[in-house]
Amino acid sequence: MDHAPSTRSPHDAAHAVELVTRPDDSRTGCPFDPPAELTRHRQEQPLRRLRFPDGHLGWLATGYSVCRAILADARLSSRKELMHNPSMDLGGMEIPPAAPGEFINMDEPQHGRYRKLLAGKFTVRRMKLLTERVEQITAEHLDAMEKAGPTVDLVTAFAQPIPAIMICELLGVPYQDRDSFQEQAAAVFSGDMEEKMAAFTAIQTYLAELVAAKRADPTDDILSDLTDSDLTDEELLGIGFLLLAAGIDTTANMLGLGAFALLSDPEQAAVLRGDPSLAGQAVEELLRYLTIAELGLRTALEDVEIGGRTIKAGETVVVSFPAANRDPEKYPEPDRLDLRRQALGHLAFGHGAHQCVAQQLARVEMSVAFPALLARFPTLRPAIPREEVPLRVNTNVYGVESLPVTWDVTGGRRVVG
Amino acid sequence: MTIFLSLSVDRDRCVGAGMCALTAPQLFDQRDADGRVVLLDPEPAPAHHAAAHQAAELCPAAAITALRTGAFDG
Repeated sequence: MDHAPSTRSPHDAAHAVELVTRPDDSRTGCPFDPPAELTRHRQEQPLRRLRFPDGHLGWLATGYSVCRAILADARLSSRKELMHNPSMDLGGMEIPPAAPGEFINMDEPQHGRYRKLLAGKFTVRRMKLLTERVEQITAEHLDAMEKAGPTVDLVTAFAQPIPAIMICELLGVPYQDRDSFQEQAAAVFSGDMEEKMAAFTAIQTYLAELVAAKRADPTDDILSDLTDSDLTDEELLGIGFLLLAAGIDTTANMLGLGAFALLSDPEQAAVLRGDPSLAGQAVEELLRYLTIAELGLRTALEDVEIGGRTIKAGETVVVSFPAANRDPEKYPEPDRLDLRRQALGHLAFGHGAHQCVAQQLARVEMSVAFPALLARFPTLRPAIPREEVPLRVNTNVYGVESLPVTWDVTGGRRVVG
Repeated sequence: MTIFLSLSVDRDRCVGAGMCALTAPQLFDQRDADGRVVLLDPEPAPAHHAAAHQAAELCPAAAITALRTGAFDG
Protein backbone atom coordinates (compact mmCIF):
# COMPACT_ATOMS: atom_id res chain seq x y z
CA MET A 1 0.00 0.00 0.00
CA ASP A 2 1.12 3.51 -0.72
CA HIS A 3 1.41 5.42 2.52
CA ALA A 4 2.69 8.65 1.01
CA PRO A 5 0.26 11.53 1.22
CA SER A 6 -1.65 11.76 -2.02
CA THR A 7 -1.01 14.81 -4.14
CA ARG A 8 -3.98 14.18 -6.41
CA SER A 9 -6.77 16.62 -5.87
CA PRO A 10 -10.40 15.64 -6.30
CA HIS A 11 -11.38 16.67 -9.79
CA ASP A 12 -14.81 17.85 -8.87
CA ALA A 13 -15.23 20.65 -6.42
CA ALA A 14 -17.27 18.65 -3.94
CA HIS A 15 -14.58 18.94 -1.25
CA ALA A 16 -14.03 15.23 -1.45
CA VAL A 17 -11.16 13.89 0.57
CA GLU A 18 -8.96 10.93 -0.08
CA LEU A 19 -7.69 8.79 2.72
CA VAL A 20 -3.96 8.94 3.18
CA THR A 21 -3.93 5.75 5.19
CA ARG A 22 -6.21 2.88 4.36
CA PRO A 23 -9.16 2.98 6.69
CA ASP A 24 -8.14 -0.46 7.88
CA ASP A 25 -4.45 0.30 8.04
CA SER A 26 -2.21 0.43 11.07
CA ARG A 27 -2.97 3.01 13.69
CA THR A 28 -0.37 5.59 14.50
CA GLY A 29 0.29 7.38 17.75
CA CYS A 30 -1.43 5.77 20.70
CA PRO A 31 -1.97 2.13 19.68
CA PHE A 32 -5.51 2.24 21.05
CA ASP A 33 -6.68 5.35 19.21
CA PRO A 34 -8.25 5.48 15.75
CA PRO A 35 -6.00 6.94 13.05
CA ALA A 36 -5.63 10.68 13.66
CA GLU A 37 -6.81 11.27 10.10
CA LEU A 38 -10.23 9.79 10.85
CA THR A 39 -10.56 11.82 14.05
CA ARG A 40 -9.82 14.98 12.06
CA HIS A 41 -12.49 14.09 9.49
CA ARG A 42 -15.03 13.53 12.26
CA GLN A 43 -14.23 16.93 13.76
CA GLU A 44 -14.56 18.64 10.40
CA GLN A 45 -17.48 16.76 8.84
CA PRO A 46 -18.88 13.59 10.44
CA LEU A 47 -20.25 12.60 7.02
CA ARG A 48 -18.15 13.75 4.11
CA ARG A 49 -17.42 12.99 0.48
CA LEU A 50 -14.70 10.43 -0.03
CA ARG A 51 -12.80 9.76 -3.23
CA PHE A 52 -12.28 6.00 -3.50
CA PRO A 53 -9.11 4.54 -5.09
CA ASP A 54 -11.15 3.52 -8.17
CA GLY A 55 -12.28 7.12 -8.63
CA HIS A 56 -15.78 6.58 -7.20
CA LEU A 57 -17.13 9.56 -5.30
CA GLY A 58 -18.65 8.09 -2.15
CA TRP A 59 -18.82 8.91 1.53
CA LEU A 60 -16.91 8.58 4.77
CA ALA A 61 -18.96 8.44 7.98
CA THR A 62 -17.10 9.04 11.23
CA GLY A 63 -19.67 10.66 13.57
CA TYR A 64 -21.61 8.49 16.00
CA SER A 65 -25.11 9.56 15.06
CA VAL A 66 -24.61 9.42 11.29
CA CYS A 67 -22.89 6.05 11.52
CA ARG A 68 -25.74 4.68 13.62
CA ALA A 69 -28.34 6.09 11.24
CA ILE A 70 -26.58 4.59 8.21
CA LEU A 71 -26.28 1.15 9.81
CA ALA A 72 -29.95 1.18 10.83
CA ASP A 73 -31.19 2.06 7.34
CA ALA A 74 -32.23 -0.88 5.15
CA ARG A 75 -32.05 1.34 2.06
CA LEU A 76 -28.28 1.15 2.47
CA SER A 77 -27.33 -2.27 1.19
CA SER A 78 -24.83 -4.80 2.54
CA ARG A 79 -24.55 -6.64 -0.78
CA LYS A 80 -20.86 -6.85 -1.47
CA GLU A 81 -21.22 -6.79 -5.24
CA LEU A 82 -22.49 -3.21 -4.93
CA MET A 83 -19.47 -1.93 -2.98
CA HIS A 84 -16.59 0.18 -4.16
CA ASN A 85 -13.41 -0.89 -2.43
CA PRO A 86 -12.07 1.77 -0.05
CA SER A 87 -8.56 0.32 0.03
CA MET A 88 -7.61 -0.47 -3.53
CA ASP A 89 -8.59 0.02 -7.14
CA LEU A 90 -9.92 -3.32 -8.33
CA GLY A 91 -9.62 -2.12 -11.92
CA GLY A 92 -13.24 -2.72 -12.77
CA MET A 93 -13.13 -6.33 -11.62
CA GLU A 94 -16.62 -7.49 -10.83
CA ILE A 95 -17.26 -8.65 -7.31
CA PRO A 96 -19.38 -11.79 -7.15
CA PRO A 97 -22.47 -11.67 -4.95
CA ALA A 98 -22.40 -13.38 -1.56
CA ALA A 99 -21.84 -17.14 -1.65
CA PRO A 100 -24.57 -19.35 -0.16
CA GLY A 101 -24.61 -18.85 3.60
CA GLU A 102 -22.45 -15.72 3.47
CA PHE A 103 -25.21 -13.78 5.18
CA ILE A 104 -23.15 -10.77 6.28
CA ASN A 105 -23.00 -9.65 2.65
CA MET A 106 -26.73 -10.02 1.93
CA ASP A 107 -29.86 -7.90 2.34
CA GLU A 108 -33.35 -8.91 3.37
CA PRO A 109 -35.04 -11.25 2.92
CA GLN A 110 -32.04 -13.53 2.23
CA HIS A 111 -30.10 -12.26 5.26
CA GLY A 112 -33.09 -12.68 7.61
CA ARG A 113 -33.56 -16.31 6.71
CA TYR A 114 -30.07 -17.16 7.97
CA ARG A 115 -30.17 -14.69 10.83
CA LYS A 116 -33.32 -16.30 12.22
CA LEU A 117 -31.69 -19.72 12.26
CA LEU A 118 -28.58 -18.43 14.03
CA ALA A 119 -29.93 -15.85 16.46
CA GLY A 120 -31.74 -18.55 18.41
CA LYS A 121 -28.44 -20.36 18.99
CA PHE A 122 -26.73 -17.31 20.51
CA THR A 123 -29.39 -15.87 22.81
CA VAL A 124 -28.42 -14.12 26.03
CA ARG A 125 -29.84 -16.98 28.07
CA ARG A 126 -28.02 -19.71 26.18
CA MET A 127 -24.75 -17.82 26.28
CA LYS A 128 -25.01 -17.18 30.02
CA LEU A 129 -25.31 -20.93 30.52
CA LEU A 130 -21.80 -21.21 29.09
CA THR A 131 -20.28 -19.06 31.83
CA GLU A 132 -19.10 -22.02 33.86
CA ARG A 133 -17.47 -23.65 30.87
CA VAL A 134 -15.68 -20.40 29.97
CA GLU A 135 -14.48 -20.12 33.57
CA GLN A 136 -13.14 -23.65 33.41
CA ILE A 137 -11.28 -23.13 30.13
CA THR A 138 -9.92 -19.80 31.35
CA ALA A 139 -8.66 -21.36 34.59
CA GLU A 140 -6.93 -24.14 32.65
CA HIS A 141 -5.11 -21.61 30.51
CA LEU A 142 -4.13 -19.49 33.48
CA ASP A 143 -2.77 -22.64 35.16
CA ALA A 144 -0.74 -23.41 32.05
CA MET A 145 0.56 -19.83 31.96
CA GLU A 146 1.61 -20.05 35.56
CA LYS A 147 3.44 -23.27 34.87
CA ALA A 148 5.18 -21.92 31.77
CA GLY A 149 5.92 -18.44 33.17
CA PRO A 150 6.88 -16.00 34.45
CA THR A 151 7.07 -14.76 30.85
CA VAL A 152 4.62 -15.86 28.17
CA ASP A 153 2.98 -14.55 25.01
CA LEU A 154 -0.49 -13.67 26.19
CA VAL A 155 -1.92 -13.98 22.67
CA THR A 156 -1.05 -17.65 22.16
CA ALA A 157 -1.37 -18.62 25.83
CA PHE A 158 -4.66 -16.91 26.57
CA ALA A 159 -6.31 -14.62 24.03
CA GLN A 160 -6.48 -17.03 21.09
CA PRO A 161 -7.26 -20.43 22.65
CA ILE A 162 -10.18 -19.45 24.92
CA PRO A 163 -12.56 -18.16 22.21
CA ALA A 164 -11.30 -20.78 19.75
CA ILE A 165 -12.16 -23.65 22.09
CA MET A 166 -15.57 -22.14 22.79
CA ILE A 167 -16.59 -21.69 19.17
CA CYS A 168 -15.29 -25.14 18.25
CA GLU A 169 -17.29 -26.73 21.06
CA LEU A 170 -20.41 -24.76 20.17
CA LEU A 171 -20.23 -25.58 16.49
CA GLY A 172 -19.14 -29.15 17.05
CA VAL A 173 -15.67 -29.02 15.53
CA PRO A 174 -13.94 -32.07 17.02
CA TYR A 175 -11.35 -31.24 19.62
CA GLN A 176 -8.55 -33.03 17.80
CA ASP A 177 -9.17 -31.00 14.61
CA ARG A 178 -9.05 -27.70 16.41
CA ASP A 179 -5.33 -27.03 16.13
CA SER A 180 -5.16 -27.60 12.40
CA PHE A 181 -8.27 -25.53 11.86
CA GLN A 182 -6.86 -22.70 13.96
CA GLU A 183 -3.64 -22.87 12.00
CA GLN A 184 -5.47 -22.74 8.67
CA ALA A 185 -7.73 -19.95 9.88
CA ALA A 186 -4.70 -17.95 11.02
CA ALA A 187 -3.20 -18.39 7.56
CA VAL A 188 -6.40 -17.17 5.91
CA PHE A 189 -6.13 -13.93 7.86
CA SER A 190 -2.42 -13.29 7.92
CA GLY A 191 -0.57 -15.24 5.22
CA ASP A 192 0.32 -14.02 1.74
CA MET A 193 -2.19 -14.47 -1.08
CA GLU A 194 -1.01 -17.96 -2.00
CA GLU A 195 -1.04 -19.16 1.60
CA LYS A 196 -4.44 -17.58 2.08
CA MET A 197 -5.89 -19.44 -0.89
CA ALA A 198 -4.37 -22.75 0.16
CA ALA A 199 -5.66 -22.35 3.71
CA PHE A 200 -9.07 -21.31 2.45
CA THR A 201 -9.33 -24.40 0.26
CA ALA A 202 -8.19 -26.62 3.12
CA ILE A 203 -10.86 -25.15 5.39
CA GLN A 204 -13.56 -25.57 2.75
CA THR A 205 -12.62 -29.20 2.28
CA TYR A 206 -12.50 -29.78 6.00
CA LEU A 207 -15.88 -28.14 6.58
CA ALA A 208 -17.51 -30.03 3.73
CA GLU A 209 -16.44 -33.29 5.37
CA LEU A 210 -17.61 -32.07 8.75
CA VAL A 211 -21.04 -31.09 7.43
CA ALA A 212 -21.40 -34.51 5.82
CA ALA A 213 -20.43 -36.16 9.11
CA LYS A 214 -22.97 -34.09 11.07
CA ARG A 215 -25.70 -35.01 8.62
CA ALA A 216 -24.90 -38.67 8.92
CA ASP A 217 -24.42 -38.66 12.67
CA PRO A 218 -25.77 -35.54 14.40
CA THR A 219 -24.21 -34.55 17.70
CA ASP A 220 -25.24 -31.95 20.28
CA ASP A 221 -23.98 -28.77 18.63
CA ILE A 222 -24.99 -25.88 16.39
CA LEU A 223 -23.77 -27.37 13.13
CA SER A 224 -25.73 -30.58 13.75
CA ASP A 225 -28.80 -28.54 14.74
CA LEU A 226 -28.56 -26.61 11.50
CA THR A 227 -28.57 -29.79 9.44
CA ASP A 228 -32.12 -30.14 10.72
CA SER A 229 -33.24 -27.08 8.72
CA ASP A 230 -33.83 -26.34 5.05
CA LEU A 231 -30.21 -25.26 4.55
CA THR A 232 -28.24 -26.93 1.78
CA ASP A 233 -24.76 -28.36 2.36
CA GLU A 234 -23.29 -25.38 0.53
CA GLU A 235 -25.13 -22.97 2.80
CA LEU A 236 -24.09 -24.87 5.91
CA LEU A 237 -20.51 -24.73 4.80
CA GLY A 238 -20.70 -20.98 4.23
CA ILE A 239 -22.28 -20.37 7.63
CA GLY A 240 -19.85 -22.71 9.36
CA PHE A 241 -16.94 -20.87 7.85
CA LEU A 242 -18.23 -17.45 8.87
CA LEU A 243 -18.98 -18.51 12.44
CA LEU A 244 -15.67 -20.27 12.91
CA ALA A 245 -13.64 -17.49 11.37
CA ALA A 246 -15.47 -14.82 13.33
CA GLY A 247 -15.33 -16.86 16.53
CA ILE A 248 -11.61 -17.35 16.20
CA ASP A 249 -10.45 -13.96 14.95
CA THR A 250 -12.56 -11.40 16.80
CA THR A 251 -12.77 -12.07 20.54
CA ALA A 252 -9.15 -13.23 20.46
CA ASN A 253 -8.15 -9.78 19.29
CA MET A 254 -10.31 -8.10 21.90
CA LEU A 255 -8.72 -10.21 24.64
CA GLY A 256 -5.19 -9.48 23.43
CA LEU A 257 -5.65 -5.79 22.76
CA GLY A 258 -7.86 -5.40 25.83
CA ALA A 259 -5.20 -6.93 28.07
CA PHE A 260 -2.64 -4.61 26.49
CA ALA A 261 -4.87 -1.61 27.21
CA LEU A 262 -5.46 -2.69 30.81
CA LEU A 263 -1.78 -3.36 31.46
CA SER A 264 -0.94 0.02 29.95
CA ASP A 265 -3.27 1.69 32.41
CA PRO A 266 -2.60 0.21 35.87
CA GLU A 267 -5.15 2.52 37.45
CA GLN A 268 -7.97 1.10 35.31
CA ALA A 269 -6.67 -2.44 35.79
CA ALA A 270 -6.87 -1.81 39.53
CA VAL A 271 -10.48 -0.69 39.18
CA LEU A 272 -11.48 -4.01 37.63
CA ARG A 273 -9.21 -6.04 39.93
CA GLY A 274 -10.78 -4.37 42.93
CA ASP A 275 -14.36 -4.89 41.80
CA PRO A 276 -14.94 -7.87 39.50
CA SER A 277 -18.67 -7.06 39.51
CA LEU A 278 -17.76 -4.23 37.13
CA ALA A 279 -16.83 -6.84 34.52
CA GLY A 280 -19.91 -6.40 32.31
CA GLN A 281 -19.58 -2.65 32.24
CA ALA A 282 -15.81 -2.82 31.79
CA VAL A 283 -16.23 -5.08 28.78
CA GLU A 284 -18.56 -2.55 27.11
CA GLU A 285 -16.03 0.22 27.70
CA LEU A 286 -13.18 -1.90 26.32
CA LEU A 287 -15.32 -2.70 23.28
CA ARG A 288 -16.00 1.00 22.76
CA TYR A 289 -12.49 2.21 23.46
CA LEU A 290 -10.74 -0.39 21.29
CA THR A 291 -13.35 -1.04 18.57
CA ILE A 292 -11.35 -3.66 16.71
CA ALA A 293 -13.70 -3.94 13.70
CA GLU A 294 -12.34 -1.15 11.54
CA LEU A 295 -15.06 -0.44 9.03
CA GLY A 296 -18.38 -1.30 7.55
CA LEU A 297 -19.47 -0.69 3.97
CA ARG A 298 -22.92 0.14 2.65
CA THR A 299 -24.16 1.17 -0.79
CA ALA A 300 -27.35 3.16 -1.26
CA LEU A 301 -30.13 1.37 -3.17
CA GLU A 302 -31.98 4.68 -3.55
CA ASP A 303 -31.33 8.30 -2.58
CA VAL A 304 -31.16 8.48 1.21
CA GLU A 305 -31.04 11.61 3.31
CA ILE A 306 -28.85 11.33 6.38
CA GLY A 307 -27.29 14.03 8.53
CA GLY A 308 -28.51 16.74 6.16
CA ARG A 309 -26.78 15.18 3.15
CA THR A 310 -28.16 13.04 0.36
CA ILE A 311 -26.42 9.76 -0.31
CA LYS A 312 -27.38 9.00 -3.88
CA ALA A 313 -28.33 5.59 -5.22
CA GLY A 314 -25.17 3.64 -6.07
CA GLU A 315 -22.88 5.57 -3.74
CA THR A 316 -20.77 3.62 -1.25
CA VAL A 317 -20.34 4.71 2.35
CA VAL A 318 -17.39 3.77 4.55
CA VAL A 319 -18.53 3.61 8.17
CA SER A 320 -15.64 3.97 10.63
CA PHE A 321 -16.63 2.17 13.83
CA PRO A 322 -13.55 3.32 15.80
CA ALA A 323 -14.06 6.98 14.91
CA ALA A 324 -17.78 6.81 15.76
CA ASN A 325 -17.11 5.27 19.16
CA ARG A 326 -14.78 8.16 20.05
CA ASP A 327 -17.32 10.84 19.19
CA PRO A 328 -17.38 13.38 22.07
CA GLU A 329 -21.02 14.15 21.27
CA LYS A 330 -21.87 10.62 22.42
CA TYR A 331 -19.10 9.96 24.94
CA PRO A 332 -17.59 12.77 27.02
CA GLU A 333 -13.80 12.52 27.13
CA PRO A 334 -13.97 9.79 24.52
CA ASP A 335 -10.23 9.11 24.43
CA ARG A 336 -10.10 8.13 28.07
CA LEU A 337 -10.51 4.47 29.04
CA ASP A 338 -12.97 4.64 31.91
CA LEU A 339 -14.26 1.25 33.03
CA ARG A 340 -16.90 2.91 35.20
CA ARG A 341 -18.40 4.67 32.19
CA GLN A 342 -21.79 3.71 30.76
CA ALA A 343 -20.54 2.71 27.31
CA LEU A 344 -23.55 0.72 26.09
CA GLY A 345 -24.83 1.88 22.75
CA HIS A 346 -21.38 1.72 21.18
CA LEU A 347 -21.08 0.48 17.62
CA ALA A 348 -18.30 -2.05 18.23
CA PHE A 349 -20.63 -4.89 17.18
CA GLY A 350 -22.21 -2.75 14.48
CA HIS A 351 -25.83 -1.67 14.50
CA GLY A 352 -28.96 -2.47 12.53
CA ALA A 353 -30.03 -5.82 11.13
CA HIS A 354 -26.42 -6.98 10.77
CA GLN A 355 -25.31 -6.29 14.34
CA CYS A 356 -23.05 -9.17 15.42
CA VAL A 357 -25.17 -12.29 15.85
CA ALA A 358 -22.78 -13.88 18.37
CA GLN A 359 -22.08 -10.77 20.43
CA GLN A 360 -23.52 -12.34 23.59
CA LEU A 361 -20.95 -15.11 23.38
CA ALA A 362 -18.16 -12.56 23.10
CA ARG A 363 -19.53 -10.73 26.14
CA VAL A 364 -19.56 -13.86 28.30
CA GLU A 365 -16.04 -14.78 27.22
CA MET A 366 -14.63 -11.36 27.97
CA SER A 367 -16.55 -10.85 31.21
CA VAL A 368 -14.98 -14.04 32.52
CA ALA A 369 -11.51 -13.81 31.00
CA PHE A 370 -10.40 -10.25 31.83
CA PRO A 371 -11.14 -10.33 35.58
CA ALA A 372 -9.75 -13.86 35.90
CA LEU A 373 -6.49 -12.83 34.25
CA LEU A 374 -6.07 -9.79 36.48
CA ALA A 375 -6.97 -11.73 39.60
CA ARG A 376 -4.56 -14.58 38.92
CA PHE A 377 -1.56 -12.32 38.20
CA PRO A 378 -1.63 -9.23 40.43
CA THR A 379 1.75 -8.07 39.09
CA LEU A 380 1.09 -8.80 35.40
CA ARG A 381 2.80 -6.34 33.06
CA PRO A 382 4.12 -6.18 29.47
CA ALA A 383 7.55 -7.78 29.16
CA ILE A 384 8.64 -5.40 26.40
CA PRO A 385 8.34 -1.63 25.97
CA ARG A 386 4.90 -0.59 24.86
CA GLU A 387 6.15 0.77 21.52
CA GLU A 388 7.56 -2.64 20.64
CA VAL A 389 4.32 -4.58 20.97
CA PRO A 390 3.59 -5.71 17.40
CA LEU A 391 0.22 -4.47 16.11
CA ARG A 392 -1.91 -6.08 13.45
CA VAL A 393 -1.91 -4.08 10.24
CA ASN A 394 -3.66 -4.48 6.90
CA THR A 395 -6.51 -6.41 8.35
CA ASN A 396 -10.12 -5.57 9.01
CA VAL A 397 -9.80 -6.61 12.63
CA TYR A 398 -7.31 -4.72 14.76
CA GLY A 399 -5.29 -6.26 17.55
CA VAL A 400 -1.84 -7.24 18.76
CA GLU A 401 0.19 -9.91 16.97
CA SER A 402 1.73 -10.96 20.25
CA LEU A 403 1.89 -9.60 23.77
CA PRO A 404 4.82 -10.80 25.86
CA VAL A 405 3.86 -10.43 29.51
CA THR A 406 5.62 -11.16 32.76
CA TRP A 407 4.84 -11.22 36.48
CA ASP A 408 6.53 -11.62 39.84
CA VAL A 409 6.79 -15.18 41.03
CA THR A 410 6.26 -15.59 44.73
CA GLY A 411 7.65 -18.73 46.35
CA GLY A 412 4.51 -20.63 47.27
CA ARG A 413 2.53 -19.85 44.15
CA ARG A 414 4.93 -21.14 41.59
CA VAL A 415 4.10 -24.51 40.16
CA VAL A 416 7.26 -26.34 39.25
CA GLY A 417 7.08 -28.97 36.75
CA MET B 1 -50.10 11.82 38.66
CA THR B 2 -48.77 8.38 37.92
CA ILE B 3 -46.51 7.74 34.97
CA PHE B 4 -47.44 4.61 33.05
CA LEU B 5 -45.28 2.96 30.49
CA SER B 6 -46.67 0.91 27.70
CA LEU B 7 -44.16 -1.42 26.07
CA SER B 8 -44.62 -3.12 22.74
CA VAL B 9 -42.36 -5.12 20.45
CA ASP B 10 -42.32 -5.71 16.71
CA ARG B 11 -41.17 -9.27 16.21
CA ASP B 12 -40.93 -8.85 12.45
CA ARG B 13 -38.34 -6.13 12.87
CA CYS B 14 -36.48 -7.93 15.67
CA VAL B 15 -33.12 -9.42 14.65
CA GLY B 16 -32.45 -11.35 17.86
CA ALA B 17 -29.35 -9.41 18.88
CA GLY B 18 -30.39 -9.77 22.53
CA MET B 19 -29.63 -6.25 23.75
CA CYS B 20 -33.01 -6.05 25.52
CA ALA B 21 -32.63 -9.43 27.22
CA LEU B 22 -29.11 -8.42 28.24
CA THR B 23 -29.94 -5.05 29.77
CA ALA B 24 -33.53 -5.59 30.97
CA PRO B 25 -33.97 -9.33 31.62
CA GLN B 26 -36.95 -8.59 33.87
CA LEU B 27 -38.84 -7.20 30.86
CA PHE B 28 -37.54 -9.13 27.85
CA ASP B 29 -36.50 -12.63 26.89
CA GLN B 30 -35.68 -14.32 23.58
CA ARG B 31 -37.30 -17.28 21.86
CA ASP B 32 -35.03 -20.28 21.52
CA ALA B 33 -36.28 -21.00 18.03
CA ASP B 34 -35.19 -17.76 16.36
CA GLY B 35 -33.78 -15.52 19.07
CA ARG B 36 -36.59 -13.05 18.67
CA VAL B 37 -37.91 -10.96 21.49
CA VAL B 38 -40.46 -12.11 24.06
CA LEU B 39 -42.07 -9.27 25.97
CA LEU B 40 -42.43 -10.35 29.60
CA ASP B 41 -44.11 -7.26 30.96
CA PRO B 42 -45.98 -4.80 28.70
CA GLU B 43 -46.71 -2.44 31.60
CA PRO B 44 -43.60 -2.41 33.74
CA ALA B 45 -43.49 -0.93 37.22
CA PRO B 46 -41.84 2.50 37.56
CA ALA B 47 -38.69 0.87 38.92
CA HIS B 48 -38.15 -0.67 35.48
CA HIS B 49 -38.97 2.36 33.34
CA ALA B 50 -35.37 3.43 32.90
CA ALA B 51 -34.36 -0.07 31.79
CA ALA B 52 -37.28 -0.16 29.35
CA HIS B 53 -36.28 3.13 27.75
CA GLN B 54 -32.68 2.02 27.54
CA ALA B 55 -33.65 -1.25 25.85
CA ALA B 56 -35.73 0.64 23.30
CA GLU B 57 -32.82 2.98 22.62
CA LEU B 58 -30.26 0.18 22.31
CA CYS B 59 -32.30 -2.09 20.05
CA PRO B 60 -30.38 -2.32 16.75
CA ALA B 61 -33.57 -2.92 14.82
CA ALA B 62 -35.80 -0.32 16.54
CA ALA B 63 -38.21 -3.12 17.39
CA ILE B 64 -39.17 -1.84 20.86
CA THR B 65 -41.57 1.00 21.53
CA ALA B 66 -41.84 2.48 25.01
CA LEU B 67 -44.81 4.82 25.19
CA ARG B 68 -45.12 7.02 28.20
CA THR B 69 -48.60 7.98 29.36
CA GLY B 70 -49.66 9.88 32.43
CA ALA B 71 -52.86 9.35 34.32
CA PHE B 72 -54.31 11.24 37.20
CA ASP B 73 -54.94 9.04 40.15
CA GLY B 74 -58.44 8.50 41.47
